[in-house]
Amino acid sequence: MKPIEHISRREFLQRTGKAGGGLVLALTLTSACQPSGEETVGAASVAPNVYVNIRNDGVVEIYCHRSEMGQGIRTCLPQIIADEMDADWDRIKLIQALGDEKYGDQNTDGSTSIRKHFDLLRGAGASARAMLIAAAASSWDVPAADCVTRDHAVHHEASGNSAGFGDLVAAAAGMPVPEDVTFKSPEDYRYIGHSMDIIDGFAMTTGQANYGIDTVLPDMLYASIERCPTIGGTVKSFDDTAAKAFTGVSDVVQLPDATAPVVFNPLGGVAVLASNSWAAQKGREALKIEWDLGANGDHDSAGYRDTLLETARGGGRTVLSRGDVDTAFSDAATVHEAEYFAPHLSQAPMEPPAATAVMTADGGCEVWACTQDPQSAQQTVAGVLGVDKALVKINVTLLGGGFGRKSKPDFIAEAAWLAKQTGRPVKVTWTREDDIRHGYLHSVSAQCIKAGLDADGNTTAWQQCTAFPSIFSTFAPDVAGPVDMELGLGFVDNPLEIPNMRLEAGDAQAHLRIGWLRSVCNVYHAFANCSFVDELAYLAGQDPKDHLLRILGPAREVDPTAEGAEYGNYDQGLDTHPIDTGRIAAVVDKVADMAGWGRVVPEGHGLGIAVHRSFLSTVGTVAEVSVGDDGKLVVHELWTAIDAGTVINPDRVTSQMEGAGIFGMSLALHGEITAKNGAVVQGNYDTYPVVRMNEAPAAINVHIMDVDAPPGGVGEPGVPPVAPAITNAYFAATGNRIRELPLRNSGLA
Amino acid sequence: MAVDLTINGQAVSLDVDPDMPLLWALRDVAGLTGTKYGCGKALCGSCNVNVEGQVVRSCVIPVAAAAGKNVTTIEGLSENGDHPVQVAWRALNVPQCGYCQSGQIISAAALLDSNPNPSDADIDNAMSGNICRCGTYTRIRAAIHRAAEDQS
Repeated sequence: MKPIEHISRREFLQRTGKAGGGLVLALTLTSACQPSGEETVGAASVAPNVYVNIRNDGVVEIYCHRSEMGQGIRTCLPQIIADEMDADWDRIKLIQALGDEKYGDQNTDGSTSIRKHFDLLRGAGASARAMLIAAAASSWDVPAADCVTRDHAVHHEASGNSAGFGDLVAAAAGMPVPEDVTFKSPEDYRYIGHSMDIIDGFAMTTGQANYGIDTVLPDMLYASIERCPTIGGTVKSFDDTAAKAFTGVSDVVQLPDATAPVVFNPLGGVAVLASNSWAAQKGREALKIEWDLGANGDHDSAGYRDTLLETARGGGRTVLSRGDVDTAFSDAATVHEAEYFAPHLSQAPMEPPAATAVMTADGGCEVWACTQDPQSAQQTVAGVLGVDKALVKINVTLLGGGFGRKSKPDFIAEAAWLAKQTGRPVKVTWTREDDIRHGYLHSVSAQCIKAGLDADGNTTAWQQCTAFPSIFSTFAPDVAGPVDMELGLGFVDNPLEIPNMRLEAGDAQAHLRIGWLRSVCNVYHAFANCSFVDELAYLAGQDPKDHLLRILGPAREVDPTAEGAEYGNYDQGLDTHPIDTGRIAAVVDKVADMAGWGRVVPEGHGLGIAVHRSFLSTVGTVAEVSVGDDGKLVVHELWTAIDAGTVINPDRVTSQMEGAGIFGMSLALHGEITAKNGAVVQGNYDTYPVVRMNEAPAAINVHIMDVDAPPGGVGEPGVPPVAPAITNAYFAATGNRIRELPLRNSGLA
Repeated sequence: MAVDLTINGQAVSLDVDPDMPLLWALRDVAGLTGTKYGCGKALCGSCNVNVEGQVVRSCVIPVAAAAGKNVTTIEGLSENGDHPVQVAWRALNVPQCGYCQSGQIISAAALLDSNPNPSDADIDNAMSGNICRCGTYTRIRAAIHRAAEDQS
């Protein structure tokens, strides 16, 4: 792609004025959408920037600074900008942006692309439109206020004048970047809120779409790396005689040992480089390596499970306190306790981690990679190579799935390091086994919940302890358990109206490399909470849906910080994105209505309901299940309602809910990573199964709530309620309660 | 050593180890990267190609097994990307990340060749070897039905 230079606005306008080639509206926007740097358009900034380049042939180039991994951002981002510009969809050209801090936050993670950038992207489009209007008004000598934009052109209705965007480029170059911009009214939206077809549809259905694994450079070496089975383990010695004898193998290189905390650095090991992928893999298989397994060499999941449950039973540090739990328990008519357990998971995107790197003449490096976070990749590669990050160029390919795995650039750093060692372009491709065994695992968790009920079945007390090894153990030494950020993911933001509540966090040491997976801690917190609420419904003799609405309480806004909790609300304000139990209840009502809650289900079937707010959106799910003749659980149908506030592309929201249904089913039915002697036991889709077509429900029905509110997240919030909806449905069908995932371990999958 | 075969209607001679899986011969030697690696163990279907009318998992069959045969990859399924399956996939916006869809489309096209009007059960039987981690299964079912209608 064309590089965008760091130049002053004056210099820039002079240059483009002379060249007449194009007008770059480089918008340095603050969060209030005010241009912050009149004199330094395009300069480095901490504020998010979005670039629009209007060519004088009328093509509007839009730079997509977020990564596409299936969520549809390469379609939704230009929808926003093009709408605010009144640009024609057929005359925009999408350009994937390089990793560069001038774009602001590029970490495509946390379901943030729309919720954190909607106003900025609107500002990018609106500002471009204002400059085009100013240019036209000036050339026609009419007030700008009398001009309108429509169909890729500026019109002055009174005079009948009109000029296409391309024709206005030269004049617009002389216009100031506006101080203020006005957003379109939602009723005037042409693309926002409309289901535009995905922009990469043709490429993806014809084999032309390029992913990280597809990069080919001249004279490139293909690398396959054998890594130590344990975290913290190192190479003692290795014999590469047989590996080097394999046809096509050109080199065998030992990578530097990883040191704790491993962060995003390569894990070490031995790389085999060859003229093709297969030779690299065969050569690698022929390596003879003796490992020092290090301190985690005796880690075993079975024993760890017992330790974690023991911790959860014993309680931990109090992170939220309301009322007087102890007195409430002594006054309770009934006390009910339950333990929940959920194992480690692997993201297992269909495209394993893959990256290609080549050293450049200036001593830097150019990379092509399926990365969720090109700036973090840039930083990490610069660190590994010992060069300034300005010399590291990160090209972002399409991602064959991400789910959190590809925001960690360890595989990219491997490619860069090997490119430096060999002096040739190197593509590192992880095998599926590498991906499952050496990933950044979703954390294992144990929770104990205890509730007190009065004689009428009202829950008067709730005490819960969660224990899990922290993501932050990967990034800092001596992290001994859950940190506040993780506890803000479905734990302290508990919306239930229970007068006495105490939430605790228990310590847990990490012995594997922990990372984040789609929905993160919300997965196990929602599983426990939504399951336990269902248990309380039956205990109280109430319909689970009616009970859920009752325990949510009247419509109100919940503020965990008022009760002692550290709570970040996904980095956005509780004023704009409240924990609004009224909105949560509306989702419950809607999804129950969709599923025909209360209807007579076929013999042996059961309906289960769950609702969970995460990433500033609320999703309710109903599952209908039965147990088949083979004793396996059948998920017949799923219903999902989502309140994500304003949505950009309803079809992409729908597809995310459909996908979340399958992703949630996979972790509910099959997902489990375990370790023995510090090494991950599973290795491929046979030992780490995911849901296939034959297990997919007959239908996943999705409704998007019509709510006039700022956008919430979409990629992740669909996942958490799925597993508890299924296990609650299983209880409704059979009377058996499942408190441990996956269902495979109960013989149900 | 050279292995002679026909890929997407074009006769080619690939200078490869005959034991190399067809997948890597296609991707690394023939330069056709539309066929994807997903598991290397015939578990996920991302690498599916069509050899003489049969869907084959190219990650586990040696390139020598395709010698003298016609191999169709996603790039050669249709001249202009307008095979009814491809058209239906786009009409319903089936892809999310898109990575597995080459293999899904190859499997779906072969299903419709042998069964022009498949039931949901037929589709589940034919397509359960193809994993989609994004979870596009319900749309794939619908798109296969749509392609079947468009073909008839």
